Amino acid sequence: MTQNAENVLDHFELFRGPEYQQMLANKRALFENAHDPAEVERIREWAKTPEYREKNFAREELTINPAKACQPLGAVFASVGFESTLPFVHGSQGCVAYYRSHLSRHFKEPTSCVSSSMTEDAAVFGGLNNMIDGLANSYNMYKPKMIAVSTTCMAEVIGDDLNAFIKTSKEKGSVPSEFDVPFAHTPAFVGSHVTGYDNALKGIIEHFWDGKAGSEPKLERQPNEKINFIGGFDGYTVGNIREIKRIFELMGIEYTILADNSDVFDTPTDGEFRMYDGGTTLKDAANAIHAKATVSMQQYCTEKTLPFIESHGQQVVAFNHPVGVSATDDFLMTLSRITGKAIPKGLEQERGRLVDAMADSSAHIHGKKFAIYGDPDLCYGLAGFLLELGAEPTHVLSTNGTKAWEEKMQALFASSQFGKDCHAYPGRDLWHMRSLLFTEPVDFLIGNTYGKYLERDTGTPLIRIGFPVFDRHHHHRYPVWGYQGGMNVLVKILDRIFEEMDKNTNVVGKTDYSFDIIR
Amino acid sequence: MSLASTQSVAEIKARNKQLIDEVLKVYPEKTAKRRAKHLNVHEVGKSDCGVKSNLKSIPGVMTIRGCAYAGSKGVVWGPIKDMIHISHGPVGCGQYSWGSRRNYYVGTTGIDTFGTMQFTSDFQEKDIVFGGDKKLVKVIDEIQDLFPLSRGITIQSECPIGLIGDDIEAVSRAKSKEYGGKTIVPVRCEGFRGVSQSLGHHIANDAVRDWVFDKITPEAERRFESTPYDVAIIGDYNIGGDAWSSRILLEEMGLRVIAQWSGDGSLAELEATPKAKLNILHCYRSMNYISRHMEEKFGIPWCEYNFFGPSKIVESLRKIAAFFDDKIKEGAERVISKYQPLMDAVIAKYRPRLEGKSVMLFVGGLRPRHVIGAYEDLGMVVVGTGYEFGHNDDYQRTAQHYVKDGTLIYDDVTGYEFERFVEKIQPDLVGSGIKEKYVFQKMGVPFRQMHSWDYSGPYHGYDGFAIFARDMDMAINSPIWKKTRAPWKDAPRPTLMAAE
Repeated sequence: MTQNAENVLDHFELFRGPEYQQMLANKRALFENAHDPAEVERIREWAKTPEYREKNFAREELTINPAKACQPLGAVFASVGFESTLPFVHGSQGCVAYYRSHLSRHFKEPTSCVSSSMTEDAAVFGGLNNMIDGLANSYNMYKPKMIAVSTTCMAEVIGDDLNAFIKTSKEKGSVPSEFDVPFAHTPAFVGSHVTGYDNALKGIIEHFWDGKAGSEPKLERQPNEKINFIGGFDGYTVGNIREIKRIFELMGIEYTILADNSDVFDTPTDGEFRMYDGGTTLKDAANAIHAKATVSMQQYCTEKTLPFIESHGQQVVAFNHPVGVSATDDFLMTLSRITGKAIPKGLEQERGRLVDAMADSSAHIHGKKFAIYGDPDLCYGLAGFLLELGAEPTHVLSTNGTKAWEEKMQALFASSQFGKDCHAYPGRDLWHMRSLLFTEPVDFLIGNTYGKYLERDTGTPLIRIGFPVFDRHHHHRYPVWGYQGGMNVLVKILDRIFEEMDKNTNVVGKTDYSFDIIR
Repeated sequence: MSLASTQSVAEIKARNKQLIDEVLKVYPEKTAKRRAKHLNVHEVGKSDCGVKSNLKSIPGVMTIRGCAYAGSKGVVWGPIKDMIHISHGPVGCGQYSWGSRRNYYVGTTGIDTFGTMQFTSDFQEKDIVFGGDKKLVKVIDEIQDLFPLSRGITIQSECPIGLIGDDIEAVSRAKSKEYGGKTIVPVRCEGFRGVSQSLGHHIANDAVRDWVFDKITPEAERRFESTPYDVAIIGDYNIGGDAWSSRILLEEMGLRVIAQWSGDGSLAELEATPKAKLNILHCYRSMNYISRHMEEKFGIPWCEYNFFGPSKIVESLRKIAAFFDDKIKEGAERVISKYQPLMDAVIAKYRPRLEGKSVMLFVGGLRPRHVIGAYEDLGMVVVGTGYEFGHNDDYQRTAQHYVKDGTLIYDDVTGYEFERFVEKIQPDLVGSGIKEKYVFQKMGVPFRQMHSWDYSGPYHGYDGFAIFARDMDMAINSPIWKKTRAPWKDAPRPTLMAAE
């Protein structure tokens, strides 16, 4: 018997016991109709070859292990960034169970969201009644200040008209007529979660600025000196938004964070469950029209939102998830240029400290090859940082990256001698990445949790940066933006490099001459 | 110790009834009327728990339920490891259900095994407009090309497939023929069908019947010689290795497990199941349909079992053995005595730390009732329970074999109701899912995920019970729960706090 009460063995150890090993071997030999191990080995080797890579890249319709999710996830992510706002997804309910689980698994936090629970009858007759009842129930139970509506693919395929439905619901008394119910159509078969973020955010801003779906006059812009800031879909939102607020405060800039979800994904454990916490106030969301400019940290998360804001008379500027020295320089100088505020000494010192840290450590990173995958902006930001560390971001892959993103990435590579042999792969998935790692190996891989399968199969050490990170805890609390964020990313990369060095030199009497105490 | 255990049954009943009245007050009248049917206080001797179930969730409430796709792909088909399961439709469903159920398996992933991969046809707008059948044809061709060792393919339909009228059955038939009779299974598990994941289980079972059983080839028939002791494990998903810690007991008592559904399952095992002498069914909810079918068509009896906690394990081993001869009956007794010292040691160690603690559960499938015995083995009491997607027969089984008089019952509980119930009852532990976990932990209530075993496990079988006991102790007696309230909040003299 393997198990014992004194030292309880869980799955890590239990199944390695001889009884279980024998049992599993019998199962395989007798009942699974398993392939000949030699054949499995042959195919495994074949799947590493350039020939397999060619077949793999010739795929036209099959997607395997994609690094993207669907629009409504992004809509929920943006919506909870507003004060006491309940995201309401119009469509089938299972989707909402998935969004809530997905976000909770990453942040280790509750995620509140409701759906209109559409079923077969709604598929035939439309989901109007679900909307009428649903809004009334949510409003009464969860006492939100705003309900932000988005859709699933089901509601989109049957063509439900949110604008008309919300209007009718209000006429039927589901919610008071002046209650804020912004909406966005977010079909899952268009774009990805970053598109959904963009659509939902635009829907909310449009609601406040353009007369609340025809129920009030449009707002007149009366320019002030404030700056609007949009973070975009970001797995580090808790650490990042707080870092950005700190930077704004150091610079003395008056700001509004649009969709500030940093607090709702980080409520304290003190005996009380806060369904809503923090968030952009509805008043601030409306007043954001008067701001001098809007800064988006992620271009591909705000492709529709920024032009909308610009059309209301503001300057707009978009970054690509800036990480590291130059990208942060650029961000701060842009803020300074727009606001006329100087970059304070404190930030300059932080910059110097990051440069100092990079100078101390870049020898360990210089010349190393990296593969990166994730959302288009994140990939761009990380690749830029690697280039300034003298590393080569050899394969940069974004399942939700577009042709335009590819061109922008290639231009970034062209700007540096370290980008010479680097390539961007838009619209590709992690099974493509697997072929790339086998046929053109790199030293390290950067991406989300799903990269652990690539690490196992190809032996490329994984540095976890991205969304989702399910299998490591609390990374989202540490910023990756700003000089301090750059420091976090640097340390994360270095730690992995040093761990690998130790792992590769720890055999006593064989490789331990390089098992150094000082590095 | 919680309030629950210091009160008489009459007091508990009165309190629970009042609680139900209180939560119903928040709803609009129509909703309150509907929700009232799903909430009740169990009366001893009643044949069921007195709640309506398997009805549509109400729009706009935070239901914990999933959808038919989750029931089919996530539960029944997904863990069949040597087949490739296509999430057919937009990218999201496959992404969110990717690797999240911990159905452990052994195999070379990406080569002969595919359990922790996500295959999708990643629908774009044009596929909605023009239909996805041609795309599906190509997807299957590409799978065949890149994964020659896959034993079969299933097509798990997401919402748009049914709405745009794709003929996935025709595609499956044509491609199967083209690939020499390869098993290709279309599953109509669109998420809008039915009221929860439960219909997905049923649809998935029907697909096994129609597209696996009805097409078994002579070659598959001949794969092994039968014995009188052949059984199949049905409805164990091998979460954290559950099916393995169950299988080992059955084999030790002299039975031969010829198939495992679904965790660590293979197509060959599905095909072999009609040769079993007995189907033993763990998750009744998800797999009773196919078990009933095998009983009718192949004359295979089935019996339910419960491998949570020693009391129920003993009961179940004897129940299973009763279908066989003395050799197996003796085998069952041998297994029971072999593990009794381990169980005694586990209970001696953990029961003193857990005695009298109260638990509220809300899970899917079988767990709202099956785990009650395991808690009771540790001296704990389940004061509230309910099913995400149970049917009336689940509540009958619960009432007749598991719950005590006065237990609060909540079917398809809404987030709002569950929070109020826990707030008022103050149990020592809540057992539910990831969506509930952090809500209750914020409230300072210890919690265990009872879908995923909170990334621990196995919990089934004797080996699993030791882990179960350890985990419950760890959750309830973690020192962190003494720190949720800042000490200055209870200080006799006010401590100065900085102004906000």
